[in-house]
Amino acid sequence: MSNASSPIERLMPRFLSGVDPAVVLAFACIILLLLVGALYSSSFLSPTYLLQQLKVASFLGVIATGMMLVILLGQIDLSVPWVVTTGAMMACAAASFGPLGAALAIPFGILCGAALGLANGFATAYLRIPSMIITLAINAVAQGLMVVYTGGFSPQDSATPAMRYLATGELIPTVPNGVLMWLLVGAGAVYLLTRTTFGRSVYGIGNRERAAYLSGINTRRIVMLSFVISGALSAFGGVLLAGYASKAAQSMGDAYLLPAIAAVVLGGTHVLGGRGSYFGTVAGVILITLLQSILSVMQIEEAGRQLIFGLVIVAMLLLYGRQKPA
Amino acid sequence: MKEWRFWLTENQGTLIAAATFAVMFAIYAGNHPAGFTPNVVQTAANKATLLAFVAMAQALVIITSGIDLSVGMILTLSNCLASWIVVGTAGETTLGIIGVLIAGAMCGALNGLIVIFGRLQPIVTTIATGAMFYGIALFLRPFPGGSVNETLADFLTGKLFKLIPMSFVALAVVILVVWVPYSRSVLGRAAYAAGSSEQAAYMSGMPVKMAKFMAYVLSGLLASVGGLYLTFFSYTGEAAYASGNTYTLFSIAAVVLGGVSLMGGRGSAIGAVFGALAFRTIGDLLFVFDFDPLWQPLFQGVVLLFAVSISAFGLFRVRNKLDWFP
Repeated sequence: MSNASSPIERLMPRFLSGVDPAVVLAFACIILLLLVGALYSSSFLSPTYLLQQLKVASFLGVIATGMMLVILLGQIDLSVPWVVTTGAMMACAAASFGPLGAALAIPFGILCGAALGLANGFATAYLRIPSMIITLAINAVAQGLMVVYTGGFSPQDSATPAMRYLATGELIPTVPNGVLMWLLVGAGAVYLLTRTTFGRSVYGIGNRERAAYLSGINTRRIVMLSFVISGALSAFGGVLLAGYASKAAQSMGDAYLLPAIAAVVLGGTHVLGGRGSYFGTVAGVILITLLQSILSVMQIEEAGRQLIFGLVIVAMLLLYGRQKPA
Repeated sequence: MKEWRFWLTENQGTLIAAATFAVMFAIYAGNHPAGFTPNVVQTAANKATLLAFVAMAQALVIITSGIDLSVGMILTLSNCLASWIVVGTAGETTLGIIGVLIAGAMCGALNGLIVIFGRLQPIVTTIATGAMFYGIALFLRPFPGGSVNETLADFLTGKLFKLIPMSFVALAVVILVVWVPYSRSVLGRAAYAAGSSEQAAYMSGMPVKMAKFMAYVLSGLLASVGGLYLTFFSYTGEAAYASGNTYTLFSIAAVVLGGVSLMGGRGSAIGAVFGALAFRTIGDLLFVFDFDPLWQPLFQGVVLLFAVSISAFGLFRVRNKLDWFP
């Protein structure tokens, strides 16, 4: 996509050469959105508003990190909605089992997500079932399990103080802990992707799994591990969300599938895998959060928001997400 | 190979699906408290027809090795549209039905345009357009409501000669009018060819692009027929996000059960119809055996999981490890 003749690249100033044009475009859109918002109301540029947006973005950011890893492999994880919900519900459920349960609530929630991710990964990597299909099936199973567990209603258990602290507390004054969590996860992802064999293998598999296999990479194990990480991060996102809302709810994860995929793809990660940087994903997450926020501030109804949201994603993908002609 | 054996191999998936359905339905009717009566068949048929239409829609796209994650939303949109315009006198109702069908075909055409001429990935595209369709549906029906021509609705969901469920007749008519001519036309054959190997089909001078485009358009059309039927059952329009997604998910399950290969190029819409009927019957079996309805989502999820895992048996046929990687 980023060959020297792409029209976006030719328009870019020279000091940006070498940077993925998609990432530049995403950051440009963020600035544009902020300016448009500032025209509407000056509070859009205030630090309070921006920090508030970062806090909202942090949940999506954590979930999108896992999604990015999977998309880099050329796969996709459609089980996000109910893995998020499972993580949240199981963490809250553990909290009702006394002090020990409360202490283990967060790891338990993440573990449940990792287990679902393991099922996704095993089926994708070893059974060679298309990830798009198996993750849909696992999503349905997770939904079924949660419906049986909760009886179809929102569970009564509430989040532990630790979960609330992680999502809403402020270790550093004025910076919400959710943002710190995203920073931690993001730093981990950058390290993993750029400094470890695992990360290089992920890019290799995304480019051509056959070649990666012939180079002696245990591709199946890496694909499976990536799905485990994705499941765990989705569940962690759910735990944070539960901490933010102080309890878990049915279908709380539904609103995160499309934004997570969109954030990753808008950030310049190639849908077929093998290309993309974490900073692009950060840009994508912030872009989508801002877009949602501005649409709701402008009091556009849910119907219009969905419509504009879909339109923007298709339009941006048409700008730089196109495949090469056959 | 003798001609009938060739035919048998070609239609293996469809025949297995039909047999599965026959067995499931025998168990269902045999254990139903009211026994095998036209009424039992009618109720079962009405519920299954809806899914059968959506499954056919999904099958058409999957045969070209694409996927349409927006079928459920096209169904929802058609449902909301139909609850506005399929009312009044016979003439108005006819115009309304035509309007709904055109709207559905246009939704499909939009998907096709973006996927084929915009060269975007079908998964991401149809998730995004699905959001747009849902937005429009929500715009049409912010709250459940509306009405439908009840005479027509009762006729189409009733029984012919007090015996045959009318919905099966409608299903058969749609298969005869849409699927049979399409699958025998040049475009239909090209769709199969493009699903097996797009490059080979292109090199053989087949109208690959047109065939794929037609598949998406017809898929939208069939999904809107499903939406019309939903309106005839429920008498109202409702922009329900969860049910739209459920139909998308179930359509994939039905297609897989119906012996359509997710890699494309194999299977038929008739197989998908039997897959849909079998899938619905499996869901209903739970009621016959007096299970708690709460378990139904989990049970359906597990059935879906097994259905998609069947394709893993293909691994035993792989002789060269490199063939694991497409």
